[in-house]
Amino acid sequence: MSDAAHGDGYYVPHEARWPIYGSVGLTLLLCGFAVMLNGGDTGSFMMVVGLLVVVYMMFRWFGDVIRESEGGTYKHWEDTSFRWGMSWFIFSEVMFFAAFFGALFYARVFSIPWLGGDGAGGALSTNAFLWPSFEAVWPTNGPAAIGGAFEIIGAWGIPAINTLILLTSGVTVTWAHWGLKENKRGTLIFGLFLTVALGVLFVSLQAWEYIHAYSDLNLTLGAGIYGSTFFMLTGFHGFHVTMGAIMLFVILLRAMRGHFTPENHFAFEAVAWYWHFVDVVWLGLFIFVYWL
Amino acid sequence: MSAAADAHHDDHHGSGYGWKRWLYTTNHKDIGTLYLWFAFVMFIIGGIMALIIRAELWTPGMQITDPQFFNSMTTMHALVMIFGVVMPGFVGLANWMVPMMVGGPDMAMPRMNNWSFWILPFGFGILLSTLFMEGGAPAAGWTIYPPLSLQGGDHVPFMIFAIHILGVSSVMGAINIIATILNLRAPGMTLMKMPLFVWTWLITAYLLIAVMPVLAGAVTMLLTDRFFDTSFFSAAGGGDPVMFQHIFWFFGHPEVYILILPAFGIVSSIIPTFARKHLFGYSSMVYATASIAFLSFIVWAHHMFTVGMPLAGELFFMFSTMLIAVPTGVKVFNWVATLWKGSMTFETPMLFALGFIIMFTIGGFSGLMLAITPVDFQYHDTYFVVAHFHYVLVPGAIYSIIAAVYFWIPKWTGHMYDETLGKWHFWLSTIFVNVLFFPMHFVGLAGMPRRIPDYALQFVDFNQIATIGAFGFGFSQLIFLYLVVKCIKGGEKATDRVWEGAHGLEWTLSSPPPYHSFSTPPEVKAEHHI
Repeated sequence: MSDAAHGDGYYVPHEARWPIYGSVGLTLLLCGFAVMLNGGDTGSFMMVVGLLVVVYMMFRWFGDVIRESEGGTYKHWEDTSFRWGMSWFIFSEVMFFAAFFGALFYARVFSIPWLGGDGAGGALSTNAFLWPSFEAVWPTNGPAAIGGAFEIIGAWGIPAINTLILLTSGVTVTWAHWGLKENKRGTLIFGLFLTVALGVLFVSLQAWEYIHAYSDLNLTLGAGIYGSTFFMLTGFHGFHVTMGAIMLFVILLRAMRGHFTPENHFAFEAVAWYWHFVDVVWLGLFIFVYWL
Repeated sequence: MSAAADAHHDDHHGSGYGWKRWLYTTNHKDIGTLYLWFAFVMFIIGGIMALIIRAELWTPGMQITDPQFFNSMTTMHALVMIFGVVMPGFVGLANWMVPMMVGGPDMAMPRMNNWSFWILPFGFGILLSTLFMEGGAPAAGWTIYPPLSLQGGDHVPFMIFAIHILGVSSVMGAINIIATILNLRAPGMTLMKMPLFVWTWLITAYLLIAVMPVLAGAVTMLLTDRFFDTSFFSAAGGGDPVMFQHIFWFFGHPEVYILILPAFGIVSSIIPTFARKHLFGYSSMVYATASIAFLSFIVWAHHMFTVGMPLAGELFFMFSTMLIAVPTGVKVFNWVATLWKGSMTFETPMLFALGFIIMFTIGGFSGLMLAITPVDFQYHDTYFVVAHFHYVLVPGAIYSIIAAVYFWIPKWTGHMYDETLGKWHFWLSTIFVNVLFFPMHFVGLAGMPRRIPDYALQFVDFNQIATIGAFGFGFSQLIFLYLVVKCIKGGEKATDRVWEGAHGLEWTLSSPPPYHSFSTPPEVKAEHHI
């Protein structure tokens, strides 16, 4: 089998030891979170243990794959599977964000105007009895003004700077890719370093903005539908940028260790695709959350 | 192939033995077997929940449950049957059959394949553990509409995270199936030569990747609404509970086709085999499947006609829903045309496939009735809806999985199953499933609401008939369990081809097939084309 596996045939690994660690770790992490949300004492401990198990699993699983990759186990055939896999994974992420964008659009186009008495040719006047003073304008925290008065973050301050940062990081990661393909290792490493640094800068500015929103603007998760959509969209995006930056950092370390060849470097490309994906999601956020 | 298998005798079971073989396996057949047994265990658990529901409904008034527990049973029955039985059942069949059908060595990502299975028991462990929690298991219906679903007890975050885990499993499984189909086909196995089971699974996998993340987003918003002060589904904060229904059904309607498209593929494999003819209208079957998948994204609000939508919305969703009857009709007519003048024999897989065509079509017709908006105002949330979706799911999706097991189990085990017992299984199931679900049409039209543990006196007769059918159908499945175990342990030796009229690459392998299906790609001949 091991001969066949490394010959012309498709590589089918013998055993998968790490998935069960992933299942146990993820279960501990999520059950711990649930226990914590329900007010239990042991929840945070379970979460930490679960997270450690998940991180260990990823470390070992990716370690195996990297060893096999560097050992020349994967040929063009396996590479194509990875490409399909990463493409469809990114599509699933697109659809995850689509749910939250959908919530934003639905609230702005339908539920807010309806709460203000729009729709059915104005025949529904429940709003006049229930909340006559509610004005259906965006941004809003609803007829009950949940969370109290708040201010919003304009598009042309930090968000515009962050847009520039992310777009620039898309350029630097492409520059690194050119370096890799032309076997200029210095360009590769420096380009990756710049990309990671820009990612960290982006997340830091987002964090600063969040602190500003919470402490100065009274813009919180609890600020009605505006706060809900604002923080869920930017929060999940920020989480994805963080994950992307960690992935880029791993690629940077691997590049410094001499991994990847001009012909064979799908891990780099997969992470670059992911990075461009978070970039595109940000453009959607910039336009629909901050700007319009 | 058998010579090749002998040469690698030391590798007959992969690397591990005993429980380790199953825990660490990367083999598509082992993982397929795990999925199928998991689905069967869940079928028993979900079935017991159904029998508790039917026992409570034997007479009006409260008998054996309290209303909260009754609602937990309807909710959990649905979640178990959808996410624990039909989906894993189809994924198990895909694992077993897709690599063999396309002439591939295994699934494209064997390690991830292991994880997509081995996270399922954990997800269901979490979900089923809510039965023992303070405040009981989820009881707001499987559609978990807020605000009701947010008012549950300790189970709320556990249920949400269980759904996340099941979604992760589905997405990983779907990605693997797509990569296998697109990348591991043998030379000559062009897309339009693929068996329809492979085609329907390709499209199903696409649907899964498109909508499971949307469900994950929806339940995440439920979580933050309950625990982190957000107002997505609260009108006071400018949100809208109806918004949840839109997001949920944007997932939910494609999900319905996830539960039936692989069934179309199975039936399209079985009917030509036992009619001894090629499938009528192969390419129109492919296009019809793709059309159904496309339409599934633009019909979701037919689940919420009574919620108060603008008239334009009601009309749009009514007409788009009715359009689905066109590609579905193409499929049913193609199956019937395949049967036309065929040399038919009626072995058990054929019986279940024919039962599927007839009874799924009944469910399809009641679906058309429900699609008519003004009519749905009467049917909504009654037992008519229950009758409709059980006709498409039980003698539809479940029958197709059972048919597939009968069809392929000689290939899997190398033994023929007991044909007499199989026929008993079919006829008892088919009689009882109609005794169970047909009366629900009548009580529904007469106004009996769903998800209610008590009911008015005039509904007693039909409810008792349904309960008799439920217990009959449930216990008939024990024949299936016995038959499958018996077939695994021994029986008449199966030939490689198994069925006289069988075509396709899977029938060129020995029965049982070698541990690694096609280590070298096979030659695809015209005769393999279904």
